[in-house]
Amino acid sequence: MLPSDLPSRPLIAFANVGKVYPARDNSAEVVALDDINLQVPEGAIVGVIGRSGAGKSTLIRLINGLERPSHGQVLVNGTDIAALDEGRPREARRSIGMIFQHFNLLSSRTAFENIALPLEIAGCARPEITSRVEPLLAMVGLADKRDRYPAELSGGQKQRVGIARALATQPKVLLSDEATSALDPETTDQILSLLKTINAELKLTIVFITHEMSVVKKLADRVAVLESGRIVEQGTTYEIFANPRHATTRKFVGSVTGGNAPDWLLARLRSECRPGDSAVLHVAFVGAEADQPVLSRLSRSLAVDVNILHGQVETIAGHPFGSLFISVPSDPGILRSIIAELQASQNTAEHLGYVS
Amino acid sequence: MSPELLQLIAWSTVDTLVMVGLSGLFGTLVGLPLGIFLATSRSNELFPAPATNRILGLVVNATRSTPFIILVVAIVPLTRFIAGTSIGTRAAVVPLTIAAIPFIARVVEAAIREVDQGLVEAARAFGASPLQIVQKVLLPEAMPAVTLALTLTIVSLLGFSAMVGAVGGGGLGDLGIRYGYQRFMPEVMATVVLVLIVLVQGVQTLGEAIARRLDKRTRNS
Repeated sequence: MLPSDLPSRPLIAFANVGKVYPARDNSAEVVALDDINLQVPEGAIVGVIGRSGAGKSTLIRLINGLERPSHGQVLVNGTDIAALDEGRPREARRSIGMIFQHFNLLSSRTAFENIALPLEIAGCARPEITSRVEPLLAMVGLADKRDRYPAELSGGQKQRVGIARALATQPKVLLSDEATSALDPETTDQILSLLKTINAELKLTIVFITHEMSVVKKLADRVAVLESGRIVEQGTTYEIFANPRHATTRKFVGSVTGGNAPDWLLARLRSECRPGDSAVLHVAFVGAEADQPVLSRLSRSLAVDVNILHGQVETIAGHPFGSLFISVPSDPGILRSIIAELQASQNTAEHLGYVS
Repeated sequence: MSPELLQLIAWSTVDTLVMVGLSGLFGTLVGLPLGIFLATSRSNELFPAPATNRILGLVVNATRSTPFIILVVAIVPLTRFIAGTSIGTRAAVVPLTIAAIPFIARVVEAAIREVDQGLVEAARAFGASPLQIVQKVLLPEAMPAVTLALTLTIVSLLGFSAMVGAVGGGGLGDLGIRYGYQRFMPEVMATVVLVLIVLVQGVQTLGEAIARRLDKRTRNS
């Protein structure tokens, strides 16, 4: 599925990319990635979500050439990094910044010196390094921590240093490898909003990998869902949240939107209907309908009682999004008209079973 | 103790310091790069040369498993070639250096392998060359551990230097054997041991202090 809303030439393009780790002494061949097609428009924030072992790390490392594809091509700004000669990939990497889950700061260097590292590697002169690093420290809010060592900084501050370091060479692309996975929720939010600011102000394209759908929800414009080395679904963040098709996607989406039924409900849910039971429906309110009084209209037009069992309403990619578990009368005829009425708008309604 | 004896002890201490200092210096000059190479030359590492790595590893192990006193005697021709003589303090520096090199190489290798691989990956992601990674990441990050390793080497060399009396190497060990043991002068033996204890303590304390200053991994350091 190639989404139609992409500009003509994406900044990063994966074309039929596969990555196979050859068999070693006592382990079989591992197919890390299989037939990956992914396009990243310039200036976008693209999230790749998957469980551990899905191939996320390999995928992101193909972009800056830390890994080479076994098949297919990865083009960054029109250049195939894997095809570059010795030495050249290093120059190409300088236009791609990267941040890491465990920050990977040098413990022997201060915040300033850590940010200066990529510039030293690129061979910049001292005065130029100072004139570049100082504003970066200010941008990430650490001007007063200039001469602190990583051991003296909190996790969030370390990641800010990591971000400043990744931006030192003024890259076009920022790769984020689970950058918030080692941080607490509040610090995560601060780092995510810093990344959003950078994306907006510097027109920086961001590709990130994560196993947390909440990070995708807060940060991404577009999402690709990776499972066992394949992209099982991709689209804009809102599309994916509003209408997840693949089971893995549903699980991820459900984890943040309340789309997964709570345990107490699952424990009471039955597949057969006994007298006096109510039917349980899962309704996702999306698009323009999300802010309409759907339930009260329903109970008025069909004269039924609607009981809300569990639910959540929130904003995703700037649109309202609701997910409710409701119980309604179980009479088959009424149930059919309820579902028909709910589905008449853009909402989805799914009949899960019965409870007493 | 007579002033002559005290002077002898003083000169022997100087001899020991010269032997240990020079062999420590030459040992580091060869052992440090060798250790860096051993730590970075397996396949899939910065300077992949697995065959050379294995051969050098074997040579290092062989040298380390040869008892020092046998090494001293076995390399007499080499000693004579390098130092011009096979007897005396100057000559003793050669076997001490040969013994120090593989020792330093192994402890440096261990120190460098301790450096978080994530840092190497980060440096690669920023476009660092293998040489830059060694120079800007591995060595600075391993420095506290390398300092402690070199301290350990110096302490071991102090012990080894006691044995080079066998080839007329001089120094405190030689003095202890000749006067303390063969001429049965327990006060000389006791003084020699005391001086060695003070030297080892001094070296160890100094090494640890330097390592602590270099180590920025904990707060308030």
